[in-house]
Amino acid sequence: MSKKILPLVLGAAMGVAASTAAGATTLEDVKAKGFIQCGVSQGLPGFSNPDAQGNWTGLDVDLCRAMAAAVFGDASAVKFTPLSAKERFTALQSGEVDVLSRNTTWTMSRDTQLGLNFAGVNYYDGQGFMVRKDLGVTSALELSGASVCTNTGTTTELNVADYFRANNMQYEIVAFEKADEVVAAYDAGRCDVYTTDASGLYAQRLKLTNPGDHMVLPEIISKEPLGPVVRQGDDEWFNIAKWTLNAMINAEEMGVTSANVDEMKGSDNPSVKRLLGAEGAFGEGIGLSNDWAYNIIKNVGNYEESFNANVGPDTPLGISRGVNALWSDGGFLYAPPVR
Amino acid sequence: MSVMEQDSAGAPARASLMNDPKVRGYFYQMLLVVLLLTFGYIIVTNTVANLERQNIASGWGFIENTAGFGIIQSLVPYAETSSYGRAIFVGFLNTVLVAVVGIFFATIIGFLVGIARLSNNWVISRIAYCYVELVRNVPLLLQIFFWYFAVLRAVPGKREKWSLFDTFHLNIAGLRGPKPIWEPGAEFIGYALIIAIVASIFVSRWARKRQEETGQQFPVFWTGLGLIVGLPVITYFVTGMPMTLEHPNFIETGPALRRGFELGVGINLIPEFLALTAALAIYTAAFIAEIVRAGIQAVSHGQTEASHALGLRQGPTLRLVIIPQAMRVIIPPLTSQYLNLTKNSSLAVAIAFPDLVSVGGTVLNQTGQAIEIIGIWMAVYLSLSLITSAFMNWYNQRMALVER
Amino acid sequence: MANSNIFQIRTEEAPTLPAPVSTTGAIGWMRKNLFSSISNTILTFIGILLAYWIIAPFIQFAFVDAVWTGENREACLPQDGGHGGACWAYVEAYFPQFIYGRYPSAETWRVDIVYALFALLLVPLAIPSAPFKRTNAILFLVVFPIVAYFLLTGLVIGDTVVLPIVETAVWGGLLVTLVIAVTGIVASLPLGIALALGRRSQMPIIKLVSIIFIEFWRGVPLITVLFMSSVMLPLFLPEGVTFDKLLRVLIGVTLFSAAYMAEVVRGGLQAIPKGQYEGAMALGLRFWPMMYLIVLPQALKLVIPGIVNTFIGLFKDTTLVLIVGMFDLLGQIQSSFTDPTWSTPSQGHTGYLFAAIVFFVFCFGMSRYSIFMENKLHTGHKR
Repeated sequence: MSKKILPLVLGAAMGVAASTAAGATTLEDVKAKGFIQCGVSQGLPGFSNPDAQGNWTGLDVDLCRAMAAAVFGDASAVKFTPLSAKERFTALQSGEVDVLSRNTTWTMSRDTQLGLNFAGVNYYDGQGFMVRKDLGVTSALELSGASVCTNTGTTTELNVADYFRANNMQYEIVAFEKADEVVAAYDAGRCDVYTTDASGLYAQRLKLTNPGDHMVLPEIISKEPLGPVVRQGDDEWFNIAKWTLNAMINAEEMGVTSANVDEMKGSDNPSVKRLLGAEGAFGEGIGLSNDWAYNIIKNVGNYEESFNANVGPDTPLGISRGVNALWSDGGFLYAPPVR
Repeated sequence: MSVMEQDSAGAPARASLMNDPKVRGYFYQMLLVVLLLTFGYIIVTNTVANLERQNIASGWGFIENTAGFGIIQSLVPYAETSSYGRAIFVGFLNTVLVAVVGIFFATIIGFLVGIARLSNNWVISRIAYCYVELVRNVPLLLQIFFWYFAVLRAVPGKREKWSLFDTFHLNIAGLRGPKPIWEPGAEFIGYALIIAIVASIFVSRWARKRQEETGQQFPVFWTGLGLIVGLPVITYFVTGMPMTLEHPNFIETGPALRRGFELGVGINLIPEFLALTAALAIYTAAFIAEIVRAGIQAVSHGQTEASHALGLRQGPTLRLVIIPQAMRVIIPPLTSQYLNLTKNSSLAVAIAFPDLVSVGGTVLNQTGQAIEIIGIWMAVYLSLSLITSAFMNWYNQRMALVER
Repeated sequence: MANSNIFQIRTEEAPTLPAPVSTTGAIGWMRKNLFSSISNTILTFIGILLAYWIIAPFIQFAFVDAVWTGENREACLPQDGGHGGACWAYVEAYFPQFIYGRYPSAETWRVDIVYALFALLLVPLAIPSAPFKRTNAILFLVVFPIVAYFLLTGLVIGDTVVLPIVETAVWGGLLVTLVIAVTGIVASLPLGIALALGRRSQMPIIKLVSIIFIEFWRGVPLITVLFMSSVMLPLFLPEGVTFDKLLRVLIGVTLFSAAYMAEVVRGGLQAIPKGQYEGAMALGLRFWPMMYLIVLPQALKLVIPGIVNTFIGLFKDTTLVLIVGMFDLLGQIQSSFTDPTWSTPSQGHTGYLFAAIVFFVFCFGMSRYSIFMENKLHTGHKR
């Protein structure tokens, strides 16, 4: 009676594969399973990109690894789920991922209507335009009549509509489901313009046949604060995400790096001591051990290290710090103090 | 009714109710209903709880909200300020457009290839065979990508063009042609067309009646064609030619970006539409070809011989004997191929053609209202399916009546 | 006079002359099949021209201009700035990814074993004359899925790691294509049989439910089903329960193909003569024994070609999962296009060509098999 056994077997297999999260809070749940499930993009160099061996690297990936370091003291206790723009919020809402670190723009409607919480901003971005150099265009205001390739289901699609309308320019939008298809179509000459977050433009430019033939226009037409997202209603986990990011930024401000963190632990500077857990019990306040920040910096590094390793001037993306510099250097990065 | 009527009639009284098939039948059905209701209840309560817990908006209010995104091709006026509902409607019309155009071409190619498969000419039948096998055995999505990405690279860029008769122009931005601009008075042409169609229906009825009574034939086809083409053309000239053609405007000077075709002048079939329709038509045609071949082969050769014996020539034999019988075999599977094509048009989402699924997906993303959007998708495709199969059933019944 | 010779009778048989040259051999064949009339001749030349236009550039691209070895894009970049031929070196470099996805390379032997087991069990099952059909079927339909499941996902008993866990997120390429297609078809078979029986049932509610189920899934496109399983299914589950993404897709695909399977099986059931049912009932068999012993064995045998055709359709349709962000063979190939190491103008064409060849080989092989089975099964009815 093989046909009767089969459904049973399948049922059993499904039972195994369906993970049941019985824990009351995300932290308990994560601790129970031993790793953090992190939602990332399907491949955006510099932010979250798998190499040929399937190892993920990038700024967004580092944030998840930092959270794993904070919770477990082990930055490798994290698993990555590549998500499309369409799936990302559902995946987080349903508990498939514990944190979404997928160059996601913080907007009011997403923060308030989707049952999500943005834990901060790990990259201040803005939407830009990329064009072929031989078009001779120097400003986005010259783009009237252009056909524009972009991703569907993102804020970029709305911004570009607003921008062309506001400047009374004609345009034609070709919106693809996947970033790779946008790149392929733009590369094939289907569109004059490729628009997405400026960081994304630099990243995607690497995928073009001749990256040198393309340039990013100076105009930034929108505010795109990108940051990690967690589910609403679990403040403990929200705090962990928020303070992981803050710890990385604070560490940079204090000059604590992965190389000197052991040394700095013995520092006389009280704020460094508080950050690294030598003084006070700040880790316990978010349900972690007191050396949480030490673990983050030791295993992953501070914000500057992560930035320089993934998107900085020495990487293929070659993005300068710009507005993503510390507030003390004229940028926007400003983390509340550990106190 | 009961499970097995032959059992219940006159059977001796059973010892146990459980052994009465009728009772058992009711029991199983009740069980199924209970199971389904429980299942439905669990799903609904879970969904409601999830929506509430996650603070996700629900309801149909979003339909009225401003969409805010652009759509590259629209059959009805649409702007970024239009509502989500309008956007979905635009996507729906685009789906219908692709389906209708795709079905049209798939039928033509399919019938040609199906007949070519049976050709005495070895080269032709081999080519048809290779076409069918090659196209049938490669995934449609791959073929869509092929037409879009591989062929896209082969056509001229935006600042160049290939022209046919200086009227139709092809480049990477699409296939452009002249757009008719109707002026006042043009509505008479439409009326003329309607009158012509009605008239030809009457003519064909009258001709059939006359043939049945007197045996005399009347050239219905040519008369009908003459009416349908001639009447509007005459009206066009009588009303003083109330139509001008708006030719695409190709700009060759000025800044590089401005060169190429001006947006919104003339008719433009975007490459996404061309690739999708081509892929759908060619893919479905391979299946239709096999159906046509099987249909023609299903008509026994004796029919042809008998018809020749009655003195009918090759043409009338095909038209009056073979095709009507073959059609009866062809139509049911043809219907399902048409439905398949319509459903497959949803693959548009892979190449940025704004069909129902593609636009709906965008709305889903902007609003986060998965249940409503997926509900719309399902409802639309299901009703398209039901309408098509209803129409085809009706047509099938009509064809089947010819049998007697 | 010698009048004995006025009869002209041959004493030996005249040699059979060969048929005129123009009707035999290649020339005769060509006259008959290619140039029998003017219109036919024109058609022949058009056909040859058409074939030449398609085949010549194809051979030029795939073989003549092709680059077979190389380390990176430099090897495949056309020298004269043209388009260049197929870059097979790129396929070679990416071959493991196309077969295993991003499955850890240390563990790919597990996938190999699954592939080998699959072939080993399927081949004897597919050959009608091979012995031990029943054991074979049980092994294939019951034991193999369990073994394959643990081999692919990993096995941890207590705290001992027998096989390291490999999450489905890193699966890809042909592996995912086969997993979805095979699971879809195997899991949909029992469901399809149940639905087919339900649709033919005389119990109105069961019949109605079956019809609604079948017509619903057959009426909607697979892509919306996939969107539903990736976006909406999570909402149906109670709080905290999540399904693996692959599993969600599998559920959607199974329900979808079960509806098609039901129609195939129903065709088989309808083909069984009423006498078989009546005979079984006359023997005193109840519904299930009758179905299990008499009707289904005959019906299922009849619908093997139909099942294979459904499988071909499903196999091709697995490519759709790339739209919901999974990496099947086509998805994996597409995602490799963005690797700057290999980006050349011909990369896309090469990748699509490779995918087309793989799919064609699988599907064409299966459709041949389906035709073979059809001929074999229909011997009795052939006139």
